[in-house]
Amino acid sequence: MKRASLVLTLAIAASLPAAAVSAQTLKTVKDRGTLSCGVTSGLPGFSAPDDKGNWTGLDVDLCRGLAAAILNDPTKIKFVPLSAKDRFTALQSGEIDVLSRNTTWTLSRDTQLGLNFGAVNYYDGQGFMVKKSANIASTLKLDGASACVQQGTTNEQNLADYFKANKMKYEVIAFATADETLKAYESGRCDTFTSDVSQVYAERLKLAKPEDHVVLPEVISKEPLATVVRHGDDQWLDIIKWTHYAMLNAEELGITQKNVDEMLKSDKPEIKRLLGTDGNLGEQLGLTKDWSVRIIKAVGNYGESFDRNVGPGSKLNIARGLNRLWNQGGIQYAPPVR
Amino acid sequence: MQLRRALGGRAGWSGLVAQFAFVAFVFWLGYEIYSNAQANLQAQRIASGFGFMQNTAGFGVSQNLVPYQESDTYTRIFIVGLLNTLLVSVIGIFLATVLGFVVGLGRLSPNWLVARLAGGYVELIRNLPLLFQILFWYLAVLATLPSPRQSASLFGMFFLNNRGIIVPGPIAEAGLEAFLVAILVAIVAVIGLNVYARRLLFATGRRLRIWPYVLGTLIALPVLSVLIFGKPVSFEMPVLRGFNFASGSRLIPEFVALLIALSTYTAAFIAEIVRAGIQSVHKGQMEAGSSLGLSRGATLRLIVVPQALRVILPPLTNQYLNLTKNSSLAVAIGYPDLVSVFAGTTLSQTGQAIEIIAITMGVYLLISLITSAIMNFYNWRISRSLAR
Repeated sequence: MKRASLVLTLAIAASLPAAAVSAQTLKTVKDRGTLSCGVTSGLPGFSAPDDKGNWTGLDVDLCRGLAAAILNDPTKIKFVPLSAKDRFTALQSGEIDVLSRNTTWTLSRDTQLGLNFGAVNYYDGQGFMVKKSANIASTLKLDGASACVQQGTTNEQNLADYFKANKMKYEVIAFATADETLKAYESGRCDTFTSDVSQVYAERLKLAKPEDHVVLPEVISKEPLATVVRHGDDQWLDIIKWTHYAMLNAEELGITQKNVDEMLKSDKPEIKRLLGTDGNLGEQLGLTKDWSVRIIKAVGNYGESFDRNVGPGSKLNIARGLNRLWNQGGIQYAPPVR
Repeated sequence: MQLRRALGGRAGWSGLVAQFAFVAFVFWLGYEIYSNAQANLQAQRIASGFGFMQNTAGFGVSQNLVPYQESDTYTRIFIVGLLNTLLVSVIGIFLATVLGFVVGLGRLSPNWLVARLAGGYVELIRNLPLLFQILFWYLAVLATLPSPRQSASLFGMFFLNNRGIIVPGPIAEAGLEAFLVAILVAIVAVIGLNVYARRLLFATGRRLRIWPYVLGTLIALPVLSVLIFGKPVSFEMPVLRGFNFASGSRLIPEFVALLIALSTYTAAFIAEIVRAGIQSVHKGQMEAGSSLGLSRGATLRLIVVPQALRVILPPLTNQYLNLTKNSSLAVAIGYPDLVSVFAGTTLSQTGQAIEIIAITMGVYLLISLITSAIMNFYNWRISRSLAR
């Protein structure tokens, strides 16, 4: 871990004047022929390799959509697994083109780190998992508990804030990777495992007996999980944001992976603009007219991707909740394509 | 001059010019790297400089030797991490040295069983990766201990569970200062007595029986202080409340696992160094000792080990440095050492990789240089006394 950071640091120090390079991420990706996408080292539902070694997940779908839109091939991606504490350095140093790794958008990350946040592809919040046998019904009963948490996350700081605000004592043991954190919790070193709720559900499935553990009802923080790129490349940021928005708009308009070819014949103006049968909106982004058709063919609309990866179509079976479309009671809202 | 020629150095002006040019080149390279990094950081709008050290850290740690709370600054967390690194290193060095000497001497023991046991220890421990051993102690040994409610207990005062070792916590009382002064005075008195007895022995050949006086002083003075000024500390008993023992002092399992792994691992190497050092002393020395009628222990202590130390010390210094640097593997088991809290959490919260990695490297360099300076001084004293 230490060596990796060191190498990255030296890479920043020795890299060529960066402004010239980072402003051309799109061109770099096209010339290289592959997209370099930073993901987790294995978080089911968001980014994890399946039994055949293919990466799947909600965060992975965004990268696949990007690769489809830019390179016309959703498989031309190099996935770079990163721990929470190394992820930003990898992006800053140019090792990856985009970080799609359930990363919470905060002010200090947006400003201090020289990064820009794209669209929020999952609205989450921090939760706690405890052993069923401990008979705890609420996080407010956790006074004096030991908590296992992953290092370099917002969870580490939220934990401190929450226990302080509620005048409770706690002991925190922070681990570098999610697997080490979970292992320590499972061994009984900690009374509770805390992370973003979606991640708590995903990690719970990795336990030997998931049914012996419960997720407490309280959510103690706001965790808007967003895609991250380097500061100073506006075109690239636009592409990242609109890849997510294309998937959202497709869901809103009822365009799916299956019916997208039929929809190309639609004469509804909104559909024609999104699918590029009218106008050249895709070209304005620096892509092709049919950019969103490629995205939808590769991964489907947002609802399909959600269901397949974290919703009813997956083992996680997480309710859509806040992540429903704005017109269905959620807060996922995409600006119009025009 | 001879050394210089042996190293391939050139005398005279051409040599000076070449050296000057090389130094200038190194400085230029350093400046290029610095200014290039500066320009790149600015272009990417990544914050730089050391101002972040005054910002609020906002996260908790499981072990702090100085008072720390979440609202303290990154400077404070740096000190917390540094002290945790130093704690495990210093205690680890001490334990590794003791164990290493015991095993090293054991390997040379005429007792077949002891020698084989010591040899087996060395071969087993030094041939397994250290990270693996740390994880073994943490996940395979300490994690299998009972939960707080089923703690193993000794006299209802000491408890052992998967949250660590819990002992009665000391609380300072009125008599503490007087007690410490009494102990200090007793130690000084004992040293003085020792010096006097030694002088007497060398001057007159008369051996003074000083141990009753030593024992008397060491016990009587502190006891006297307690009787006059009151007891120095009282103990707060561990009480099980909620999830864990609420009062008392606790050694966290991360610390225990790291300490055991580091000291047993390093001890295996030290044992080999000690064995090699002792075998480097000519066996005639041992025979001479026996023929003077000294016991095996006394021969080792008075004749062999002092000579062996000259051979032992330089590689021993290396092992001390290794142990300190290896303590950074703590990050794997969540022990809050410098690398974990500063080059880990702080780095990822502030994103200032260059500054933080530079500070961390500087700190390890400084610790290592201080350690070797101390060892070099000790080595110098020993060689001087042997040369006399």
